[in-house]
Amino acid sequence: MIDAAELGRVFRVRRQVVHAVRDLSFHVAPGEFVACLGPNGAGKSTTIKMLTGILAPTSGRIRVDGLDPARRRTALARRIGVVFGQRTTLWWDLPLRDSLELNRLLYKVDRKVFRDRLDELCVLLDLGAFLTTPVRQLSLGQRMRGDIAAALLHDPAVLVLDEPTIGLDVVSKAEVRDFLRRRNAEHGTTVLLTTHDLGDVERLCRRVLLIDHGSLAFDGTLDDLRALVPGRTSIEEVVTDLYLSSRGSPRTPPLPPVPGGTSGTA
Amino acid sequence: MIRTYALLVWAWTRAAAQYRVSFALMAAGAFVIGGLDIAVIWVIFANTDSLAGFGPAEVMFLYGTSELAFATSDMLFGNVDRISQHIKAGTLDVMLVRPVATWAQVAADRFGPHRIGRVVMAAAVLGVALARLDIPLGRAWMVPVMVVSGIVIFTSMFTLGGALQFLLTDAPEVANAFTYGGAMLNQYPLSVYDPRIVQGLTYVLPLAFVNWRPGLYVLDRPDPLGLPSWTGLLSPAAALALAAVAALAWRAGIRRYRSTGS
Repeated sequence: MIDAAELGRVFRVRRQVVHAVRDLSFHVAPGEFVACLGPNGAGKSTTIKMLTGILAPTSGRIRVDGLDPARRRTALARRIGVVFGQRTTLWWDLPLRDSLELNRLLYKVDRKVFRDRLDELCVLLDLGAFLTTPVRQLSLGQRMRGDIAAALLHDPAVLVLDEPTIGLDVVSKAEVRDFLRRRNAEHGTTVLLTTHDLGDVERLCRRVLLIDHGSLAFDGTLDDLRALVPGRTSIEEVVTDLYLSSRGSPRTPPLPPVPGGTSGTA
Repeated sequence: MIRTYALLVWAWTRAAAQYRVSFALMAAGAFVIGGLDIAVIWVIFANTDSLAGFGPAEVMFLYGTSELAFATSDMLFGNVDRISQHIKAGTLDVMLVRPVATWAQVAADRFGPHRIGRVVMAAAVLGVALARLDIPLGRAWMVPVMVVSGIVIFTSMFTLGGALQFLLTDAPEVANAFTYGGAMLNQYPLSVYDPRIVQGLTYVLPLAFVNWRPGLYVLDRPDPLGLPSWTGLLSPAAALALAAVAALAWRAGIRRYRSTGS
């Protein structure tokens, strides 16, 4: 479904050459649920942008559902759904329902098919209560659910999410995660997401891609990732160690627990 | 592309309809600002009978044709030159993952129906000028042709300005100097300017084809540069050539797009 081979992207910043992504190769099969991890600035977003056709790679080859994203961007857009956690794809001043209807027209989805899909999404994402509310008045959790609905109305084969749980409270996070897992299981939608929330990874993904300094540092299951750092059992500690070693700084000793806090049970 | 554009314009018009008072005030404001230009022309002719050999009705004709083309283009597609805002805010990424033309999305984004005020004022000025000039039908057919060509020329300029912002994200004003500046230049007979400027506007940036060259044909005036009068009929050709250049530049710009950090 997704094929990247020796993918690279170079930026020129004030005559300096920055390799945002270099020599990145991976393959995602249809129906997989993959998380893309990596420190800030590692090249996750650049990779997502090359997958969706927003950025053209400067080297290597990429295919998503058989298409070259940068050259066939609009054709690919019909086959993939994209969610940006940090910005909305909805129209700020329009009620959510109007935004979704506008998406229906832009994606040329048949009216009846659209109604059935919207009914299903309304139930699963619990959109009913705020369908007629202008998007600017939605809470972040509501907006994110609306954004996910908008990305799925054309029933894409691949769903790409860039930090979909950023800023969400625990309940909203759980709702988004449950929905994504169901979608993947019941519709066979291939899901690729980037995140900094390791809870997302533990609850959702069978497979983890770790991107560091623009290239692939790890590709495997969560258990394999744990086994990478002996002596650490929690995924959070494992990833912290990996990020720190990539930065080249030693691990600082843990701070004493907060007085009166319930450290150790979290 | 036309369908996409129409859908989005309709969506934004509905969004703007939520603020009716604001719409009415801004439309009236745009109308009044157009009227100020006319006041300037009126002040000039209160002091002189002719401007570079052109009478008041002829100047109003030149003003009206250029202003109508510019105001229409600005209302419908002027937002294309706001693309640097979309680049900085990251909203261009959102547009790029939709299965429709990016240009149509940028042009329609934040469509402001209030700009109709300036279009109405320009149309009124042109109407008055035509009523006073009594142009024979054999040349009057060129008037709608030149307005449409002018819309295409200004829209191409906005698009070129937008394409330039893929390279120079921080310099939308550079582009504005040519679009809004060009519209200001065209408000008066070009013969009031230095001939070198007129040459530049004929051969480099074809702004003279918006109203000056076809206007000379319609008004049956000799060209101060000495070009034959049929060159005034070349406006559609100049418009199409500039549109082709703008389309290529836009494509190249999208291809070079670098996106933002996150």
